[in-house]
Amino acid sequence: MKRKGHILIGGLSLSIFQNMGLNAMNKVMSNKLHIALYIAPALLLVSVLVFIPLILSGYYGLMDWDGIGAKTFIGLENYINGIQDSKFWDSALHSFLLAVFSTLSLAIYLAVSIILASKIKGADLLRKIYLIPMLLSSVAIAQLWIKVYNPSSGILNTFLRSIGIENPPNWLADPAIVLFAIFIPILWQYAGFYILIYYAALKNIPESLIEAARIDGATPFQIATRIKLPLIKEVVSVTIVLAIVGSLKYFDLIYVMTAGGPNGASEVMASYMYKLAFNSYNFGYGSAIGFLLLIITMIVTAIVRKVTATKERIEY
Amino acid sequence: MGGKKTLTVLSSALAASLLLTACSGSGSEDASSASGETEVKFMHLWPEGSSKKHYDVVNEIIADFEAENEGVTIDLEVLSNEQYKDKLRVLSTSGDLPDVGMTWAAGFLEPYVGGNMFAPLDDVIEEELSDAFVPGTAEAYALDGTTYGLPLELNIVSLYYNNAMFEEYGLEAPETYEELLEVVDAFNEEGVQPIALGNRDAWTGSLWYMYLADRLGGADTLNKAIDRSGSFEDPALVEAAAKVQELVDRDAFVNGFNGLADEEAKSMFMSEQAPMYLIATWDLPNYTTNESVPQEFRDSVDYMNFPTVDGEGDTQSFVGGPGVGLFVAEESEVKEEAKDFAAYFVKAWGEQAVEKAGVIPATKVDAASLDLPQMYIDILDELNNASNITLFADVQMSPDTAQVHLDSIQALFGNEMTPEEFAKAHEDALSKE
Repeated sequence: MKRKGHILIGGLSLSIFQNMGLNAMNKVMSNKLHIALYIAPALLLVSVLVFIPLILSGYYGLMDWDGIGAKTFIGLENYINGIQDSKFWDSALHSFLLAVFSTLSLAIYLAVSIILASKIKGADLLRKIYLIPMLLSSVAIAQLWIKVYNPSSGILNTFLRSIGIENPPNWLADPAIVLFAIFIPILWQYAGFYILIYYAALKNIPESLIEAARIDGATPFQIATRIKLPLIKEVVSVTIVLAIVGSLKYFDLIYVMTAGGPNGASEVMASYMYKLAFNSYNFGYGSAIGFLLLIITMIVTAIVRKVTATKERIEY
Repeated sequence: MGGKKTLTVLSSALAASLLLTACSGSGSEDASSASGETEVKFMHLWPEGSSKKHYDVVNEIIADFEAENEGVTIDLEVLSNEQYKDKLRVLSTSGDLPDVGMTWAAGFLEPYVGGNMFAPLDDVIEEELSDAFVPGTAEAYALDGTTYGLPLELNIVSLYYNNAMFEEYGLEAPETYEELLEVVDAFNEEGVQPIALGNRDAWTGSLWYMYLADRLGGADTLNKAIDRSGSFEDPALVEAAAKVQELVDRDAFVNGFNGLADEEAKSMFMSEQAPMYLIATWDLPNYTTNESVPQEFRDSVDYMNFPTVDGEGDTQSFVGGPGVGLFVAEESEVKEEAKDFAAYFVKAWGEQAVEKAGVIPATKVDAASLDLPQMYIDILDELNNASNITLFADVQMSPDTAQVHLDSIQALFGNEMTPEEFAKAHEDALSKE
């Protein structure tokens, strides 16, 4: 009874929409003023918050400026210094390493999602557990992992000592491992996000396709690699772009956990930019580095999109 | 064609309305001065949540000032430390600084003074505060002979130690560097990490380097190296860097100190995991009056002046310096009132700060007339007998060089740099200025 009423109301509103709404809609969309009205607020916000600051930071990069006093125009000097700055390229290398690890970790998330999506017991609960890190703020995650990594009283080293390792590493103090020690919480932080995306994509695959494969005698592994994976290829390529771009401009955990230290061993491009602009009071140079970061990110995105582009559209 | 035109008109109208709303906020604030009331805007960085005692003293002083000066009201804005720094910078670019605000000494001042944002305060000091400050404190706010800040705090660095832990292992507080090494070895043999150090912040390690440099090279060597009349390649300064690495090699500092923040090191000291901790007097309340720290711990903490090194050095020479001070904005429309308020504040703060907030003010304090914990009285005594106070190196240096200094300190402590490379990194950075 209830269900019937629901359909009725739905049908009614649809028919009203068809009779009057669509005509009105067409009218609205043919009037340029109306189009402008709809677009203007968003366009204005995006320009004020994104495009204008972008252009400004490129412009500030041409200045010798401490962020407070007068600006002096120095042409491309900041950009040339940036390209020759070994510290900048060290930080760029660290950012690229993070991008590589983020991309590789997508394979793990994908595997987890395939398992979660294949009707195992407790999948629902597990999915929620994987999402928890996403709900925490970066600063909270950083504080949590600072405690985990504490060389004397942290849970990790306490465990290592209890299994007989006498001198466990000083995770955040050793320049040789600090970068990787920070990668782990970063990957952990975003696991839930990617698992959620993959899970949704996998759930979209029609059951009939998988049923057909099963009847034809495909093993679960074959179904995963031959049926499911090709069908969510587009989603995978989007997540690769997301992971790489996100890594290149990554900032928060690193800033809170090590501030790029010790002596730059965990510096990434964004934290180096911040340090220049706000600690060294070198706003002009910091802006130039920020602009270089933008250019690098755009080039990499273009390349990745080209490589992962899929021509055929998948329709079920 | 018509559509395009409307689009332009529309978007410019929207932009204009946005601009209007943005302006109206600042426009209304100046209105109060018309009604005979003078409003002095004051911004400070002691929020009620994290610095309750400071916050209360400030409010009392403001209330007293307003009562004594009919027609002048103080418009207060309070932010926490880092937010304060950010906001000050943003306000300065729009020429909108508060009439009175807080600043740090030396390097921090430079860009603001260079941009003509802070008013010279020599007249205020001459008229109202002559001979009020501990020598060397107001000078830290001077550039080219003109003073731009009135210091509120003074901190000196001492080596705090846990007497109970020393007694437990039958050890005595070291008076020389050699004895310090022995104590370090003794604690290490007992499996106790000797010295709490959070060198992720790097200024903490800088304190160790500065003291070693002071003991080995005398009060002036480091200052001269920074102001370019000397050099970081001075044998005493290279030797100081070598001593730092000797301490590191003896495992004097807690595990992984380069990855620990000062807060974490502090909590190791305060939870009796490490018996020694080099820190400034801003931590004194934790060892004396702070009720949330166990009484037993507070009773067991004592301090010593930094030991002599190789039989050299004056233990009455300190590393330290003023913390925050007051500035008056050059562009202020109520500059006279602002200056009066700043002078009033400094005087009142000097009278109340130690007793009520546990802060050692930069103005001279008559310890005998106050009811203070013994450790405060002792430290104030040390201050009166101080032969020299060397300002924190990262504060002395320009922000650019300070960053190089801090990075190099981490590298030196992490054995990534030799003392010679450490000296050279400083020389390179300073010669670029």
